Amino acid sequence: MSRDASEAVLDVRGLRTAHVGPVDFRLLPGEICKLSGPSGAGKTLLLRALADLDPNQGTVLLDGEDRDRITPTEWRRQVAYLPAEPLWWEERVGLHLDARAGDDMLRLLGFEAGVRDWEVERLSSGERQRLALVRLLENRPRVLLLDEPTANLDPANTRKVERLVRDYVSENGAAALWVSHDPLQRQRVGGRSLVIDATGLHEEAA
Amino acid sequence: MNVIALSPLDLTVAAALVVALAALTARIGMGLSRSLLIAGTRTVIQLLLIGLVLRTLFDHAQLYWVALLSLVMLAVAGHEVMARQGRRFTGWWGYGIGTSSMFVSAFAVTVLALTTMIGPAPWWEPQYAIPLLGMLLGNTMTGIALGLDRLTQTAWQQRRVIEARLMMGHSWGMSISAIRRDAARSGLMPIINAMAAAGIVSLPGMMTGQILAGTPPMEAVKYQILVMFLITAGTGFGTLGAVWLGSKRLFDERQRLRLDRLKAGKK
Repeated sequence: MSRDASEAVLDVRGLRTAHVGPVDFRLLPGEICKLSGPSGAGKTLLLRALADLDPNQGTVLLDGEDRDRITPTEWRRQVAYLPAEPLWWEERVGLHLDARAGDDMLRLLGFEAGVRDWEVERLSSGERQRLALVRLLENRPRVLLLDEPTANLDPANTRKVERLVRDYVSENGAAALWVSHDPLQRQRVGGRSLVIDATGLHEEAA
Repeated sequence: MNVIALSPLDLTVAAALVVALAALTARIGMGLSRSLLIAGTRTVIQLLLIGLVLRTLFDHAQLYWVALLSLVMLAVAGHEVMARQGRRFTGWWGYGIGTSSMFVSAFAVTVLALTTMIGPAPWWEPQYAIPLLGMLLGNTMTGIALGLDRLTQTAWQQRRVIEARLMMGHSWGMSISAIRRDAARSGLMPIINAMAAAGIVSLPGMMTGQILAGTPPMEAVKYQILVMFLITAGTGFGTLGAVWLGSKRLFDERQRLRLDRLKAGKK
């Protein structure tokens, strides 16, 4: 796979589902692109289609390679979707995380290594959201699809998540599509803004 | 063997007990009386009919008649499995998963038992083949119906957990493994319980029937052990097969969870 800076990390051409599209857009290496739109416009459905969780048509290239040539499990590791309310399936946090990796990210988000022994049931919604981001980043994805990843966080933790995502994307030449309704956050994150509404997906004028 | 013949009056007294139970459930508002009476009536009609069919079949023992009756029993059992689903698969799959699993497991175990263990001549002798297949189908049907129902209901309830695992790059099999285990367990539990309780808590029905019909107790016990093992194998293989097929059908070729392949049943 080529990692040429001029080549899109994610290249979406004519992607459509039963409810969304067709949409065309590209995410470049190191780019965080914001996505907004009214409720019900299809932001979550678009992210789900990109993660190949719902039936869809169209061409999607990851680092120039067609999605059809990548196994679905590998695709979802590489094009990683973080829903607004991430779920857990094991009893303890550590059973969802890689035993070796992730300690730096945990510290950056304000957790100690002992968090691995915590019971999932006792996590607050904010803790669940931050830990789910670590869980996702451990797969070293090329694209992050973030559906309101700071919706349950206080301002201090919101800043930590923003910094972690920015650092990850720039250090790894990855890209992120970030759904946010907070105008201040959208300013802080910077970069291009895409808007999805009843007429389709458009780039918002700067 | 001395069989004490039952008169219509004997059966009427037994039926009166079921009617009394239905009256009681109606009185306390449990809403089961109608089901009890319909099921009781079905029992009488179905068993009388099968009695007539078996008598005719025993008088005219031909392989094609045995095969035809077996297929009819399979078709009815397949329909029962489908009817017991709270959420059933759409299209042919709703009928096909349970029926094909029963066909493979119950038929294979019956043929194996007839050809290698019981050994009547010919091996499809209806007096042995039909009751044995009936017991196997009846139990396999229950196991598969329970297993599939648990699988689809739990997958529906836990769809977000399944998808959370898919999002992490887990395969479809890993994502539904816990639900599949639970479904298989629920299908196998009745027969495991029956084996554990056999002879201590309960005297199994077939053995009781044989003893009532005059068979020496030790012969009846040997038959019962054989039948219980056969039922366990048939139910186990059938349930595992149906649960695996069902769970596979819940995902498409891109390993997406496809709950649109289920529709609400009549249960």
